[in-house]
Formats: sequence, C-alpha cells, structure tokens
Amino acid sequence: MTKSLGLRAGILSVVLFVVLCAVWQIAVTPSASTGPALDPEYAKLMGISTAGAQSAMPGPLDVAGKLWDNLKRPFYDNGPNDKGLGLQLLYSIGRVAIGYALAVLVAVPIGFLIGMSPLAYRALDPFIQVLKPISPLAWMPLALYTIKDSSLSAIFVIFICSVWPMLINTAFGVGAVRKEWLNVARTLEVGPWRRAFTVILPAAAPTILTGMRISIGIAWLVIVAAEMLVGGTGIGYFVWNEWNNLSISNVIVGILLIGVVGMVLDLILARLQRRVTFPE
Amino acid sequence: MDTATNRMNERFISIEGIARRYPAPGGGTTTIFEDLWLAVARGEFVCVIGHSGCGKTSVLNILAGLEAPSEGVVVVDGQAIEGPSLDRAVIFQGHALLPWRSVIGNVGYAVSSRWRKASRAEIEERAKRFIDLVGLKGNELKKPAELSGGMRQRVGIARALSIEPKIMLMDEPFSALDALTRGTLQDEVRRICTSTGQTVFMITHDVDEAIYLADKIVLMTNGPQAMIAEVVENPLPKDRARDTIHREGDYYAVRNHLVDFLVARSKTFRDEMPAGYDQRKPPLVRPAGSLPVEPAAPERPVAKTIPFPSVAGGRD
Repeated sequence: MTKSLGLRAGILSVVLFVVLCAVWQIAVTPSASTGPALDPEYAKLMGISTAGAQSAMPGPLDVAGKLWDNLKRPFYDNGPNDKGLGLQLLYSIGRVAIGYALAVLVAVPIGFLIGMSPLAYRALDPFIQVLKPISPLAWMPLALYTIKDSSLSAIFVIFICSVWPMLINTAFGVGAVRKEWLNVARTLEVGPWRRAFTVILPAAAPTILTGMRISIGIAWLVIVAAEMLVGGTGIGYFVWNEWNNLSISNVIVGILLIGVVGMVLDLILARLQRRVTFPE
Repeated sequence: MDTATNRMNERFISIEGIARRYPAPGGGTTTIFEDLWLAVARGEFVCVIGHSGCGKTSVLNILAGLEAPSEGVVVVDGQAIEGPSLDRAVIFQGHALLPWRSVIGNVGYAVSSRWRKASRAEIEERAKRFIDLVGLKGNELKKPAELSGGMRQRVGIARALSIEPKIMLMDEPFSALDALTRGTLQDEVRRICTSTGQTVFMITHDVDEAIYLADKIVLMTNGPQAMIAEVVENPLPKDRARDTIHREGDYYAVRNHLVDFLVARSKTFRDEMPAGYDQRKPPLVRPAGSLPVEPAAPERPVAKTIPFPSVAGGRD
C-alpha cells in the first residue's frame, strides 16, 4: 500500500515537473502572429535582430543546456571571474563547513553548561534573546571592520547565524532530561563526566540535532547572501556575477544548484537525527 | 561481639527520627512526617502501606539517598546515609530504563558502574546472567520500547539485582502492570529474594501484594503529620504459595487487619492513639486467625467486604 502510494506520488511529481516546464517553455516562446515585439531601432541598439524575436528569459531547454555545459566541466578556473560551478559550490560549502563546525564546537558545550545550570540559563537568556533575532548580515560591516578579511568575515557570519539555534536547543534538551534517568545515574554513583556522556548527551541528542538541522538550513541561506556582498568566490558570488553578465540561464542554474545542495545538507542532518532518536 | 553483630543485623536499616518538611504555599512549613523511627533486620522483606500523601515515597527516596531528610538520620549497616549508593538499588515505579540502550546495555550500564575496571566480556557475562534470572533470555538486544510493560520492569529488576545491593528499594514497582503480569512478577521477586536473602524495602498500595511478599508490613497513617502506626508481623508461613495463600489459617486475619487500618484507623489513629504508644518503637502486631482480631476502635463498625482498590479510589 505504501509502495503504491510512493509510486503514485512519484508519477505525480514527474507529471507536475513536465507541466511546469511546458508552461515555462510556452511562456518564453515568442508568438509569431503578433509580429516584432521590439521596436526595431531599440533592437538594433541591443544588437539583436527583430526577426524571430527571442524573449530575454531563457526557456527550460536553454537552462538544461547551460546546466549540462556547467556539469561537463565543473572545476575549471579561468581567473577570478570565470570559475567552474563545482569550484564555486566547493568554496561555499567550505565556508559553511568551517563556520558551522566552529559554531558546533562553541554552541554545544556552552549549551550543555547553560542547560545544567538554571542560574546560567536565566543569566544568559536576555543576551541570547537579543542576539538571536539579529539578521546575520547585519554583522557583516562589523566583521569586515574587525577581521579585515572578506572571506573570514563570511565564515564569521555563518558562525554567528548557526550558533543560536544550536545553543538554545542544546540548553533546552539538556535541561529537559528526565529526572528519573538522572536518578538512575545517581543511584549507580555515576560520576559527572560519565553522566554527561552516557545519560545527558544521549537523552538530549535528538533535541541537539534538531537545532543543528535548523542551523545548517539558516547557514546555507545566509552564505549565498553573504557571498553576494563579499564577492570573489562562492555560489552566491556566481549568481550575482552572472546577473551582471545578464546570463539569466546561468542565474537559474545557480539557483537550482543552491536548492539541491541545501536539500542534501538537510538530508544528511536528518539522517544523523534519525540515528540518535530513540523511541520511548 | 556476637551480640553486637546480632544487634547490627537486627537494625540493618535504622531510620532514626527522620522528618520531611516542605515550605507551605502561604508561608510556614508543611510537615509530611516527623520523628519517624523504624528498624529493618538483615534479610527482611518489608512492605510499607498507607494512603497517598503519607510520605512513603519520601521515606524511600531518603533511604535511596536521592532526598535528604529535613531532620534525623538513616543508618544502613552501621553507616549513615549521605547520598545515593550502589549498596542500595532502586526499582523505580516507571521502570526508568534508558531508552537508547538495549536490555543488555541497561543492565550492563549498572554492572559497569559497580565494577569500573571490569572488562567488557565480564560485564556482558554478568548482565546476561541477571537477564536470564528474570526470564528475559533471548531479549538481550531489544530496546525498552520493543518490550511490554512487564518485561521492562523485569529489566529494571535485573538491573537492580546485578549490582548485588545490600538493600533493594522498590517504589510501587508493579502498580503500572496488569493483574496477570503483576502476579508472575511478584512470584519472581519472591523467588529471587527468598533464595538470596535479599533485604527489601518496598512501597505498595496493594494489600494482597504486601501479604504475599512481606515479612513485616509497616502501616503509615495519613499525611500530613504521618506516623508509623504499627508494624504488622506477617503470620503466614515462609513457604506460602500464591494459589494456596488464601487457605492459610491467618490469611483473613491479617488481611482484615490491614484493610481495617486503611479504611478507618489510618485516619483516626492520631486521635485515638493507644496508651503507651511510642513513636520510637512502633508496636509490633501479629494478627492471629483463631481469635477475631479487633485491634482498635472496636465500636466503629467496619465494612470488611469493601475491596481495597475501591476504597482507595473513593478516598481520592
């Protein structure tokens, strides 16, 4: 039954995709009967002929072609403004990985301490509540001024935006460990370190992983915007650069790949989350 | 020397004047119980019965070291309790297994906490032995979520037994189980505890459970200001069996005595305290079958046919 449901859903997805592409293709195909859409003078200025006027918006076939071109040679490097898409993605993923890893290293231990101590929780709560809603990009000028390196600033922005969900979830998860499990550890005379790793950490792991999953999503959203600002390398810069080149096909290819990579990152975290989740 | 050891064995657990107070909502304090004295001998199976709110669980938590008494001390085997200890294993009401660990993982966790330097193989071997003991052979690798309520409680019992505690503390261990499972688990606990001479301190709501399992039954009056009214010595023979227990001569005497207490005397004991009652030495009572035992307040007619659960329900 579930299998047939999955199959039907799959078929429906394919149908939707085909319909969407068809609508897209029809929308960008110029209609022959209405005659030249552009003023011939303007068209000449733009360097295109009015005969068989083409919309500036590419169709799905154009995009597919561009995508194929890009996938064929993902790692070429022809100088600062012409790098392969794979290379750009690797830059972005690298930045996210570094900033995110730093955030994990900071947020999980501190969240642990905050969760264990109601005093620390109360004392730090106002800071967290104020810092959490700040748009990560608002830190950018400050980061550029203090760090003075655009690439490091981008990493800092990733760090600062991933830290809060993990911090809050870790503190919450650690604070919400069931008292009876802690009592089990107490009656077995388990020391504080062993208790932290064998009772509190596994008990809080699902909540911590939820925070990590939220964080990776935010980090991937933010890196694109940050790279548009900072420039140089990365998928965000690629999209912005192709916009300056007026290559809408490449912009769409970039958008698609941002979506795919974001999905893969989320899937990885979802799988990790499932591994630490326990049924009760 | 001999008499000293004897005394030590007779007062293996010695509760000496403990009190439990909470700050009352409107200022001041609420006293759940105070000046509580009780001695439990080595190898004895003691059940505490009393209505909700009389502080039974507090007494057990103090014995476990999970709570500190507001006053007084508890001495176990010559040493005052200062916190939780591996010498006192607790079987919790809600099994309290670690759900991310398998059956053997849960029991092994206790074993490795007791013997820190034991090798992995030794730990597993020991854990397996106790899993076998409670009849869960073949379920070692299952997670608690895959087990029934009775099986989970068995794991809890295996975990408690595996660390060879001096005392087992049980907080209504079977109250969440259905009647059939409860019966078989009571049989298991009785078999294991009588064969090993385990000292047990158990809280229960169930009169029949107390009669079947306990050597002594401690009756607590209603809280707040609860006290130990008396200690009932179970007159039934040691080798009693579940299916014939109701034919034992003293069965109804002791059962009626307990039900009477819960229905009536637990409320009125404080006002009708028998002459010569001493909190430090709660009277030891032994209901006997031949004589109709009417311990206190004989003028009060008591409906002896009311089954205990409905009484408990009516009171709440």
